[in-house]
Amino acid sequence: MSTEPLPEHPDFLWRNPEPRSSYDVVIVGAGGHGLATAYYLAKNHGITNVAVLEKGWLAGGNMARNTTIIRSNYLWDESAAIYEHALKLWERLPEELDYDFLFSQRGVLNLAHTLQDVREGTRRANANRLNGVDAEWLEPDEVAKVCPILNVSPRTRYPVLGATFQPRAGIAKHDHVAWALARRADELGVDLIQGCEVTGFLKDGDRVVGVETNLGRINAGRVGLAAAGHSSVLAERAGVRLPVQSYPLQALVSELHEPVHPTVVMSNHVHVYVSQAHKGELVMGAGVDSYNGYGQRGSFHVIEHQMAAAVELFPIFARAHVLRTWGGVVDVTPDASPIISTTPVENLYVNCGWGTGGFKGTPAAGWTFAHTIATGEPHPLNAPFALERFTTGALIDEHGAAAVAH
Amino acid sequence: MLLISCPWCGPRDETEYHYGGQAHVRYPETPADLDDRQWAEYVFYRDNPKGPFAERWVHSTGCRRWFNVLRDTVTYEVLASYRLDEPRPELPQAGGNR
Ligand SMILES: Cc1cc2nc3c(=O)[nH]c(=O)nc-3n(C[C@H](O)[C@H](O)[C@H](O)COP(=O)(O)OP(=O)(O)OC[C@H]3O[C@@H](n4cnc5c(N)ncnc54)[C@H](O)[C@@H]3O)c2cc1C
Ligand SMILES: [Zn+2]
Repeated sequence: MSTEPLPEHPDFLWRNPEPRSSYDVVIVGAGGHGLATAYYLAKNHGITNVAVLEKGWLAGGNMARNTTIIRSNYLWDESAAIYEHALKLWERLPEELDYDFLFSQRGVLNLAHTLQDVREGTRRANANRLNGVDAEWLEPDEVAKVCPILNVSPRTRYPVLGATFQPRAGIAKHDHVAWALARRADELGVDLIQGCEVTGFLKDGDRVVGVETNLGRINAGRVGLAAAGHSSVLAERAGVRLPVQSYPLQALVSELHEPVHPTVVMSNHVHVYVSQAHKGELVMGAGVDSYNGYGQRGSFHVIEHQMAAAVELFPIFARAHVLRTWGGVVDVTPDASPIISTTPVENLYVNCGWGTGGFKGTPAAGWTFAHTIATGEPHPLNAPFALERFTTGALIDEHGAAAVAH
Repeated sequence: MLLISCPWCGPRDETEYHYGGQAHVRYPETPADLDDRQWAEYVFYRDNPKGPFAERWVHSTGCRRWFNVLRDTVTYEVLASYRLDEPRPELPQAGGNR
């Protein structure tokens, strides 16, 4: 457990310019993904005449609401490739951005509570290793060694029958990640414009040539959407239908505690995931609400369910108090994998569908989306994640490894 | 917690029900004529509106029957619930005649 002080929140990390009338590239959405895209457009492709437009405040969407779990132990080759690329980027980003956002590789346990979980877990750990992702299968006594406060007794309702373990997984300070990316993008010339909502698109036939905003029209050579839960609402205004559904996903934190929880624990079956933040809060998430929603709040019974599971798994938490709960709006695809793609509208690109798990993907989303926007062609890492897969049927079914019930 | 009215059992808590996604998605009338794009639309593409949404629910722990609900996805207000053989109700227009 880290005892380092938190990084200071510097006063001026970026300029707040007025929007210009025209940019080479406009990115919609200043969450982690939009910011990472702008950063890599500038850094990897030398494209700096870029604006990132944000309807609220910078990184105030899901970027500010997520439980910050970073891992790459997904099942399929396509996912392993993109999430592992992200993890490798995470490992060097603090130095590259010269910002200590407390990326802590404390490992993640994905628990198995049923025979089917055990089979899925061992299969996934094997698949991970074939793909060069660090992963092992642990028996209950080994699980208890990694996380001594976890109840691995066989006499619980859903006993822990084992777990996958990825040692390189971890957590990071999400706000600081956003600020680090924003500062660098800004230094490289990118305009970050807050309070600027995109309300429509300027089109010339089948080609997008700009956006309409509450601050007026902005012309753009290319437009990239990185609007997470609002992707489909936005894309529809450009005449593009996306195969995503938006759901409320909520999380909560306890008051501060002594360092007791050394790793990250996730359970698909009983629907809870827990880590302990650097300051000491227990950070917990649950499953999505079962129905579509844009309310940025989740159902109370989902929290009840999650807390019951947490207390059974961690009896030591029984008297911890909930300090705060909140929700985000996540866009989920039919195969629980993201979409990073060209669209039927020329010069309009979309990054969406990361659902409940896009924080970990932030650097790879930015890297590949920037490549797609800069070249008009997918990067090999995001080619399988195109919109076409829903027509060809080449789905990348990650419902098992996505680990949040949806 | 949502309070949803089953057309047969009346108002019950959300936890008695299960969600079934968008309502009124019809099986294609001439399936053999559909191309891959049209199949994709039928299988994978659903509306995702910010506002009133017609959706299916099943009363799992009650009468176990399916029915439709008109619900606002922003306010979560349940605007109407109706049987599968009934048409989607007209919403009262703001400012119009009620
Ligand atoms: C409770 C919760 C827990 C989560 N836990 C994890 C986790 O542990 N690990 C993990 O990997 N992922 C997690 N996620 C998922 C992750 O947060 C998202 O997948 C990821 O943040 C999405 O990318 P983003 O950061 O760009 O989205 P956001 O930060 O949501 O960015 C989208 C931005 O677009 C803006 N926008 C939308 N419409 C417009 C418009 N018309 N004009 C201008 N701007 C617009 C929004 O205001 C928003 O700031 C969690 C999500 C939630 C809600
Ligand atoms: Zn009923």
